[in-house]
Order: sequence, then structure tokens, then C-alpha cells
Amino acid sequence: MVRKSLRKLALAAVVTASTLTLAGAAWAADTIKVGVLHSLSGTMAISETTLKDTVLMMIEEQNKKGGLLGKQLEAVVVDPASNWPLFAEKTRELIEKEKVDVIFGCWTSVSRKSVLPVIEELNGLLFYPVQYEGEESSKNVFYTGAAPNQQAIPAVDYLMNDLEVKRWVLAGTDYVYPRTTNKILEAYLIAKGVKKEDIMINYTPFGHSDWQSIVSDIKKFGSQGKKTAVVSTINGDANVPFYKELGNQNISSEDIPVIAFSVGEEELSGIDTKPLVGHLAAWNYFMSVENPENEAFIKKWQAFIKSDKRVTNDPMEATYIGFEMWAKAVAKAKSVETDAVEQAMIGVEVANLTGGMAVMNKNHHLSKPVLIGEIQDDGQIETVWSTESTVAGDAWSDFLPSSKDLISDWTAPIKCGNYNTKTKKCLAK
Amino acid sequence: MIINYFFPQFMHKDTGGKILLSLLALVTIMVIIFNFLIPLLLPEASSWHMPTYMVTLLGKYLCLALLAIALDLVWGYCGILSLGHAAFFALGGYAMGMYLMRQIGDRGVYGDPVLPDFMVFLNWSELPWYWYGFESFAFTALMILLVPGLLAYVFGWMTFRSRVTGVYLSIMTQALTYALMLAFFRNEMGLGGNNGLTDFKDILGFSLQSDSTRIVIFSLSAAALAMGYIASRFIVESKLGKTVVAIRDAELRTRFIGYKVENFKLWIFVFSAMLAGVAGALYVPQVGIINPGEFSPLNSIELAIWVAIGGRGTLFGAVIGALIVNYAKTYFTGALPELWLFALGTLFIVSTLYLPKGVVGLFERFQNRTENNKLEEKTA
Amino acid sequence: MKFISQKNNLGLHLIYIILCLIFATNVSAENNADLEKLIPQLQVKNFKKKIASVKQLAEINKPQSITILEALLDSRLYYQKADKSVVIIQKKDHKYEIFSPLDNTKIGLVEKKTIKKITTNNKLRKTIRTLLAQKKISHTELNIRQAALKEILTSSDASLLPVLQQAKKNESDESQKDLLTLAIALIEVDSKDNSIRLSAIKILGNSVFPRAKGKLEQVLLTNDQGSFIEQDKDIITASQKALKRINSKLSLFSNLETLFFGLSLGSVLLLAAIGLSITFGVMGVINMAHGELIMLGAYTTYLVQQAMPNDIGLSLIVAIPAAFIVSGLFGIAIERGVIRHLYGRPLETLLATFGISLLLQQMVRTLISAQNVPVITPSWLSGSLVFNPAFAITYNRIYIFFFALMVFALLMLILKKTSLGLQVRAVAKNRSMATAMGIKTQWVDSLTFGLGSGVAGVAGVALSQLTNVGPNLGQAYIIDSFMVVVFGGVENLWGTLVAAMTLGITNKFLEPWVGAVMSKIIVLIFLIIFIQKRPNGLFPQKGRSSGGH
Repeated sequence: MVRKSLRKLALAAVVTASTLTLAGAAWAADTIKVGVLHSLSGTMAISETTLKDTVLMMIEEQNKKGGLLGKQLEAVVVDPASNWPLFAEKTRELIEKEKVDVIFGCWTSVSRKSVLPVIEELNGLLFYPVQYEGEESSKNVFYTGAAPNQQAIPAVDYLMNDLEVKRWVLAGTDYVYPRTTNKILEAYLIAKGVKKEDIMINYTPFGHSDWQSIVSDIKKFGSQGKKTAVVSTINGDANVPFYKELGNQNISSEDIPVIAFSVGEEELSGIDTKPLVGHLAAWNYFMSVENPENEAFIKKWQAFIKSDKRVTNDPMEATYIGFEMWAKAVAKAKSVETDAVEQAMIGVEVANLTGGMAVMNKNHHLSKPVLIGEIQDDGQIETVWSTESTVAGDAWSDFLPSSKDLISDWTAPIKCGNYNTKTKKCLAK
Repeated sequence: MIINYFFPQFMHKDTGGKILLSLLALVTIMVIIFNFLIPLLLPEASSWHMPTYMVTLLGKYLCLALLAIALDLVWGYCGILSLGHAAFFALGGYAMGMYLMRQIGDRGVYGDPVLPDFMVFLNWSELPWYWYGFESFAFTALMILLVPGLLAYVFGWMTFRSRVTGVYLSIMTQALTYALMLAFFRNEMGLGGNNGLTDFKDILGFSLQSDSTRIVIFSLSAAALAMGYIASRFIVESKLGKTVVAIRDAELRTRFIGYKVENFKLWIFVFSAMLAGVAGALYVPQVGIINPGEFSPLNSIELAIWVAIGGRGTLFGAVIGALIVNYAKTYFTGALPELWLFALGTLFIVSTLYLPKGVVGLFERFQNRTENNKLEEKTA
Repeated sequence: MKFISQKNNLGLHLIYIILCLIFATNVSAENNADLEKLIPQLQVKNFKKKIASVKQLAEINKPQSITILEALLDSRLYYQKADKSVVIIQKKDHKYEIFSPLDNTKIGLVEKKTIKKITTNNKLRKTIRTLLAQKKISHTELNIRQAALKEILTSSDASLLPVLQQAKKNESDESQKDLLTLAIALIEVDSKDNSIRLSAIKILGNSVFPRAKGKLEQVLLTNDQGSFIEQDKDIITASQKALKRINSKLSLFSNLETLFFGLSLGSVLLLAAIGLSITFGVMGVINMAHGELIMLGAYTTYLVQQAMPNDIGLSLIVAIPAAFIVSGLFGIAIERGVIRHLYGRPLETLLATFGISLLLQQMVRTLISAQNVPVITPSWLSGSLVFNPAFAITYNRIYIFFFALMVFALLMLILKKTSLGLQVRAVAKNRSMATAMGIKTQWVDSLTFGLGSGVAGVAGVALSQLTNVGPNLGQAYIIDSFMVVVFGGVENLWGTLVAAMTLGITNKFLEPWVGAVMSKIIVLIFLIIFIQKRPNGLFPQKGRSSGGH
């Protein structure tokens, strides 16, 4: 039922979009077009379909409130099909052909990297809602997901201070996000006095399913008397066999806790969560947080998607915040022009769903609270720790030698995404 | 036929090829006139031109069509179904990508004059040896041909000599591209891992983001397709080509007559791999990214299906198949995002079952029927 | 499974609570001032304070303090939002029965909205477990004592020494006594008395318990100049000797473990490939949809589990024939609908079945879900068979290993001993001759393909216990399956068996050296070169050509 109505909705959106395109330029002036660039087929469809629906919900909501600048919003949905070159192609299509004013989209780093040159060339506007490795700041992109210092570093702090972890396994899938995050964490741990031999780093390919040897190594590494934890940047599909193997080899979350950065409510809803109970996740949002804004959001979402079984997750909150901020910025700038909106965005505040205010900083990253939670047997994540206040997202990590002197500041007089504070020079062309 | 003046002798009977190349020339000239010359001479009359995204999209299709020709050459004419041709394509693409990365110079986000960004933030201290030389376009052009060619040579030399044929060969080529995909996914390879190579700035000093560069690359792709087509046609019409067809139809007999079968196969295979490499090299600047996903065995299988749908053993059929399937994909991913795989799957099954000779076969059947009708009319 | 055991737990707790209720009158007569003071402190937010309160609570020597700690451990300790009073809850239908933590008297039945759970975290639960273990180390029941000691062994601190020594004195069970000796040695190795230390080191040297090794390594720590921090020479030499003993044992066990991992990976490969070795090997059909037939088997397991949610253990058994039938029928349909028209054109079957694989994937996405589906592991498949602390193998892998061999043997039996098998082999050897002898070749083709597909479905049941069940499941195994079949030699089931095991073991022995990805790449390259040398695989056999033309 839900899926059917979903499909209808998507179809309706596409049909409206195409009819409106046919209707021509006269129509275009009367609406503000919002591009939605999330994979609806292929490997990433599992995660991204939800975000497409979130954007559609936000647009519907905004239109009920009377739209923006007296105009209705109109969604243009395309399917980049989890194919990275196709992301670039569809971005060009959205901006050049459909003339959208803003794009919400992308999930993987590689899709964002693929879109980046196009969006900069055509001076578009992209809202990217997923936690990522940092080391980037584009004038045309707003990053509403967590940077490493908003997820990985607080998580390690929690393990170190509250669980008194002494040995560290950094396990990840072999791609850029885990590589960078682990580089940052390794430097951070060493700066905190952890010895090199107490850090074990391991990379596995995408979709890795045979975890016997690695889990056995982790077990050996972790049973030497020092409290050990696994910091997992293992990507989606490989997680289930990993946790299953942990459970079968009798490693409980109390012996060797695993903290994951890519396992959220949506992923948990598709698996048997019993082997995961007690393991940790670090995000900026959990569905279980009790807060009037959050409850309203969940209610709205379940009504929109017509199922009370559907969960909400962190990238959805990031999409929500991004959209609300964009709407505020457009109202403030009284225009949808990229440059005007870009300047108006900085300093905009929107209430987090978990309490407090999210602020868009000069570096196009958000200030958000960081939450750490334990996975429950009903697939929810219960907060066990949170930062006292919000943490500002850092585009360039202070723990990497290559980027420790770099900052991003898109306000005058610097106006630069990679400004070297030592040489006082902007490295961009 | 006046049109024959424009084509070499060996193409005179190749009606399909002539139509194809003429259309190609027409489109290219139109693009050059409307998108390049008119805006240059009359800046205000630019409303006529084809949007840039269409130009790059078409350019992309042309590269894929060239790849399809490369496969048709070995499969349609030599009976070698390579399920690893995307590997040669990707290798050519990577060679071009490495050149484009070196062209970025110190304009990367970290401003390092030598190292690409992904190496800087993963703490590489110097450029690995296999990146040397790629700052030169001439060297890169050589590598685009040499790397896929060499791989094809080594692989082909081993395989054809030990007479691995048919299905076994297909599965071995699949293993090859799979192993390469796994290898390129590794960040230790120094080729960008999963993200691959991206954020290109310019080629030979011309900005990749300017429309004129795009039109030049588009025209080059069209030219490469035309030249690839003509060269392939030349080969299959030559004596070499006839021998190759003989090998396809009766390998043992050809061997017994005294031909060195493995040498013929090897050279066709190497040439085809080089064509695929060129296609990949032209593809990369137009889509702006090359990553290990291009090595995926599924891509190679899909490629075989383009050729099968177009009609193998005809060369222009491969081009038609590549254009049809890719256009269908572009269209359906927008129009029917949740159902397009059903459409694609059905297309594959139906075309193998009912169109053993592909779309081209359908035309031929139609043509034969009308000719038969004419004959009947005459005899009646 | 955990399901069932949890239920049992609940049952036990119920009994416990009822018992407590009976005694409640007595208990409440006592002075509960200490409990009354501590209980409200459990609902502070700060975990460090919570842990301190828990420790104090454990020091109160009353059965009720254990009840409260166990409730906290099982997430049954809540507080009422209205007055912040702490209660123990018991779920009843959709409501919650609440009990007083002081004496377990029932307070009432409330809605979920009015109460809130007192959160615990890893560390708190670990603390509680250790505290409870200390209280239970001298319990009258052996299995409770064993569990308690196991807990203590992972986290013992010096303060436990007298408790452990006392427990050892009273212990009658030999193996439990040995473990107590070890637990004591782990503490005494840090003693001030060198002779005690030496004997402790000796005891540690005989154990492969991981912490023993860790302790010895700690003794042998060096400073920045590379000289030992430990001053006593005897201790150093004794520790070095002990460590050497441990290491030689450990390397033996780790090799055994790797061998088992290899066999286990091999059995997974065998399961995935064996169906293919029939359709590809015997019939010469390249079935690219083979992976999707495995996936259908896994989805059948899921659907069977959905249909019988109360018998997870049984459902898996039921799923085996069900998956065989589902995938087998799909296989027959594919054969009748598509492949029948393509015999003698193996490369075309490849393309058509690739189309089928896309259809099947999208069918599952549309009909069930694009997301992965949860398949629950029954209790008898969880956990591991522990030989000693350094060597344990997981039950699911053991079962799957034997299951793979069983499937193999059964298939062998069908092919060699039944008339269907005879006909299959006859058609494979010489189709026209078989027809001449009156064999209905078309019928045999359908059944053979159905058999191969059914076996793929059965493989799916096994794989559902190891990995994600989702639309992409089949894709992950298709290439590996082809490699196994080609390596083993087409048309030869024994070859498939040997090939699967060889590849599995090679892969696992390479993995520690070069990592998971490189070992796979090396195996692939080895395969490519191997096929050049022996184009017909390990065990070539003559038969209907599947090598094309």
C-alpha cells in the first residue's frame, strides 16, 4: 500500500514536472523550482529514496504555508540511478534544462564529487544532507550533515572518557570517508597519548560478507586486558554479517563495544537487531529523542508516507534543516538567485529536531549537537550521551597535516573555501 | 550513387555504414554551426543552439558507440565474446584521467603543485612512479593506446595460445575485469580508490567548462567514432577480416588449412582493446569523472547486450544498439524510475529470443520481404 | 532464539518476583532506609554518578538490591514521569504493570506514556554484571557459579582476591577450580611477593586465556631505551618462557582456526556453485540468473519465518524444501520459457538470463521491498563451540559446512543412483544418442535445470544465516560461483567440491598476509593463469561441449 502510494507520488511528481516543463517558460516564472537528485534505483536507492520523499514533504508543507516570495514551489525529481557519472549529467540537466533554483541531493561522497564541478560551473546551489569526510568547502554547496569533528571525534571522546577505552580498532570500508575519518582519528588518538600498537586499522571492500578472520583478529586484539572498542566506518550492507559474526564469536557489546557512523534507524529497520543491541551509534539526531519538534516531525512524516512503521533518521533531519534554512534565506534575500541566497544563508538559524538551534556558519557547515546512543532491540537508538551545546562543523580537519592551516570563510573579505591562515592566501584559483 | 565519392572503396557496399556516417557528419556539422559558429558571429541569435547538456550527452553516447564497435569486432567477426571490454575502456579512461589530474597543477584544494588532492589528504609524500609522464599529452595519448593494448596482448597471448575458447574465455575475461575493479577500488593503488579521478580543470590549456572545448571534444568523439568505424570496416573487408570470419565459423578447419589462428585472434583483440581505450579516453573529459565502477562486470555484459540488440557482425548494428539502449536508459531513469529495470530486462530477453540478428536483422528481413514482393510482382 | 531465551528469562523473573512478593511482608518490616535513599539516585543523568550509586547498592546485603540491579540490567527499571518515583515494570499486553522497587508490591497498571526508562550504558551494565558475578561466585548452583566466574575473568581487579580464594577453597568442581586458580594467578602476578609472582607466572604460562598473555606482556614491557622495566631477572626469564609456550600454542590454534575459516568459506562457495555446476557443467547453460535463484531461496526463508514467527528454529528446516521448490519452479519456468529456445547458443543464454536476473531483482524490490529484510537466526545456530579460550568455532559455520557436504552427497546420489541421474548423464554425454534410446531429452533438460535451480535455492537458505537478505544478494556470489565451477572442471561435481575448498582455504590463508581484497585479487589472477594451463579445469571430463564452438 505504502509503496504503491509512494510510487504514485513519485510518478505524479515526475508527470507534473514534465508537463510543467512542456508548459514552457511562462509557467516557470510563476514557480520556484526545486531539484531533487537522489538515486531511486541501484545500490543507493535503499537510503536515498527516503530523502527524496522528505524533500517532497517539505515542499508540500511550504506550499501549504503559501510558498515562497508569493510563488508556489515545484519539485523536479530525477533518478541518477546510483551511477556516478549520471549524477553529473542529471545535475546539468536540472540546472540547464529544468532551470531549477536549488538542488537537494547526493548521498555518497563520490556522487557529490561528481556533481561538484558542474554545480560550480553553472553557479547552482546544492544542499548535501549526509555525514561526510570533510576536506571540502564549495561556494555552491551547503553541507548539512556532520563533518568528522561533529561525529567521529565526539564519539571517540565518549569512548575514551566514559567507557575508558584504551585500545582502538578502526575498521572501515575501503573508500574515502573511512580513510579520511580514520586518518583524523589516528592523529587525534596519538595526540591524546594512545600508542601506535594500541591502534589497529583495517579496511575491507564494499559489501564484504566473510568477517570470520577479521572478527577473530579483533577478538584477539581486544582480549589482552585493556578495554577495547571498535570505531566502525563500515558501509551499509557489510554491517549485518559483521555484527552477526561478532555475536557468534561471543563478543558482546559490553566486552568490545562497536560505535558506528553509518548505521541509523533506517538501516536498522531492515535487519534483525538482536545481535546489535548495546552497540553504539553517533549521529546528530535520533528518532527516539523526546522533543515537541521531533514528535511533530515524526507525525508529519508518517502521515505523509502513510505508514506509522516508517522511521526517521539523521540525514532526514539534515534535509529538513537544509530546506528550512534555504526557505528562510530566500525570504531574507527576497530572491532565489544563487549569490544572494548564498550570502543570506550564512547565519540563518533553524531549530534542531533534538533541541537547540542549528546555525549555518561561514564555512557552509552547520553547528549541531552530537548525540551518542545505544542500539535497542526495537531498532531504535537511545541517547546515552550528548554534547552540552552545539558543535560547529569543521570543513578542514585540524588533525591532518595537509589541512590544519586551512579554513573556509565565505564572507567578505576572505570569500574563500580553502584559505591558508599561515600564508594568508586563498588556494583556489 | 553520388554519396560513394565520400567513402573509400571498401565501404561502397556498406549501406548501413554510409547512412550512419552521413548522419553523424550532419549532426556534428549542425552542432558546430549552431553551437559554435553562430554564437561566435551573432551573439544575440543564440536561441537556436542545442543545450550544452545535450552536447555532452550525445558525446557520451558516441564514445559508448565506439566501445560497442570494438566489441562487435571481436565478438561479431571473431567469435570472442569478451565480457571484460569495459576494462579496456576504463583503462583508457584512467590514462586520460591521470593526464587531466596532472593538468590541475596547483589549483587543487590544497594547492600542492604535484600531488592530486586525494593523495595530499591521505598523506602521500610523493607521486608514485606510474604517474610519471602523464603531465605530457603525447605520452598520455600513447598510454591510452598502449595500456589497454598491452593488457589485451598479454591476456590474449596466454589465452589464445592455450586455446581457451567460447564460454570459458568469456568467464576468464569477466574474472579479469572483476580483479581490476577490486584492485582499483583499493586506495593503495594511488588512483583515487572508490572516488576515482574527478574535478578536472582543463585539457591542453583549454578549460573543460567552456562550451567551445566541449564542442571540440564532441567533434573529436564523432571523428573517432567515424574513424574507428572506417578502420574496423577496412579490417573486416580485408583479407585479414575474411580469415577472422573463417576462424569464427570453423576454427579447426582454418587451423588445419595452415593459418596461425591465435595470431589473427590476438591482433584483432589488441586492436579492439585499443579502440575501447580511445573511447574511454574521450568519455572521461565529457562526463568529468572516472572511477572503478566502470570496471564492473555488469557493464561489460550490458555492453554485449547493446551489440546483440543492434545486431552483431554488422558494426553499424553495434552503434545503433548502443544508442538505443543508452537513450532508453536516460529516458526511463527520468520517466519510470521504479520500473525501468523491468523494461530493460524484458528488452534483453525479447531481443535475444526473437531478434537473433538484432534491430539490423529486422531491417534486413523487412528489406528482403519488399524485394521478394518486387520479384514476385515481376515474375507475375 | 534469543527470543525464546528472553521469554524464559521473563518467566524466571516472574517467578522470582512472585516469590519476593510472598516474602514482601517480611522484607518491608525491615528497615529499608538505605534502599530508599539510594534508589532515587539511580535516575540521575550522569552515568558516573549512576555507577557510584549502583556500587553502593551492591554493597547492601539484601536480596532486594539484587532484584533492583537485575531490573536495571534488563531495562525494566523505570521512573514515573509524574512524581519521579522509581518503579520496576512488567509488560502486560500494551500496558505496563509497575511494582515498588522496595518490596515488589504492585502499584498499578499504567500507560507507556506516563513512565520513562532509566537508561543504562555499556559500562554501567558491565559494572552491574561484575557486581552480580561477585555475589554469585559462591552460589550453590554450578552453572551460575560458572557464568559468574566467566564474567570475573574478563575484568577481575585486585580487590577480588580474598573472595576468589574463599571460593576456590569451597569449590568442588575440578574445571571450575582450575579457572579459579587462573583468576587468582591473573591477580597475583602483580603481587609484591616475588615467589607468589613466579608461581602465578607459571600458571599463566599453561593457559591460552587471552588475558594471561596480556598480563605476561605487561610484565615484559620495556622502556624507551628498550630495557625491561621489570628489575627481577627470574621473573623476566620465567615470563619469557611462559610467553613462548603460550605463543607456540596460540600459533597452532590460529592455524587451525584459519583452516576452519577456509573450509567454511569453501563450503559457502560450494553451496553457491554446486547448483551452477549442474546447469552450467552438465547442461552447458550459462545461467546469469543463478545468483537470483539463490536470492529467491533466501527470501523464501524470510517468508517462511514471517508465516511461522513462533517457531524460528523449525522455520529454517521448513524453509529448506520450500526454497528448493520455489527456486526449482522458477528454474523450470526459465528453462521452459527462455533457455529451451537457445540450446547450442551458450553465449545467448548468457545474455537472456542476464535479462532474467534484472527482472527477478526488480520483482523482489517491487513485491517485497528495496530494503534488506530481517532473517532471524535460531538459537541452535548462534554462538560458538568453544574448545579453549583461544580456539572456538561458530555453530552456524559448522552447520553450514556439514549442510554443504550433505547437499553435495545427496546430489551425487541423485546423479549416480537414480534413473533421472542416469538420463541426465546420458543426455549430457550424447544428446542424439540419448534421444535414440528413448529418453525424453526435453523433459530431462527441464528437470535438470530445475534441480540445479532448486539447489541454488537451498544455498540461499544457508546464506540467509550469514549475510544480508536483499535484492542484491545474488550479485555477490555469481562471479565466485562461475570461478569455482570453471576451476573445478565443468561436468564434474567432485571437481566443484575440491575447487571450492581449495579457493576457500587459499583465500583465508592469504588474508592475514595481504588483506581481504588483495587475497581475492591474487586468487582471481591465479585462476586466470591456471585456466591457461589447464583449460578444462582440475578434473576435465568429456561430455557435451559447453565450450562453445
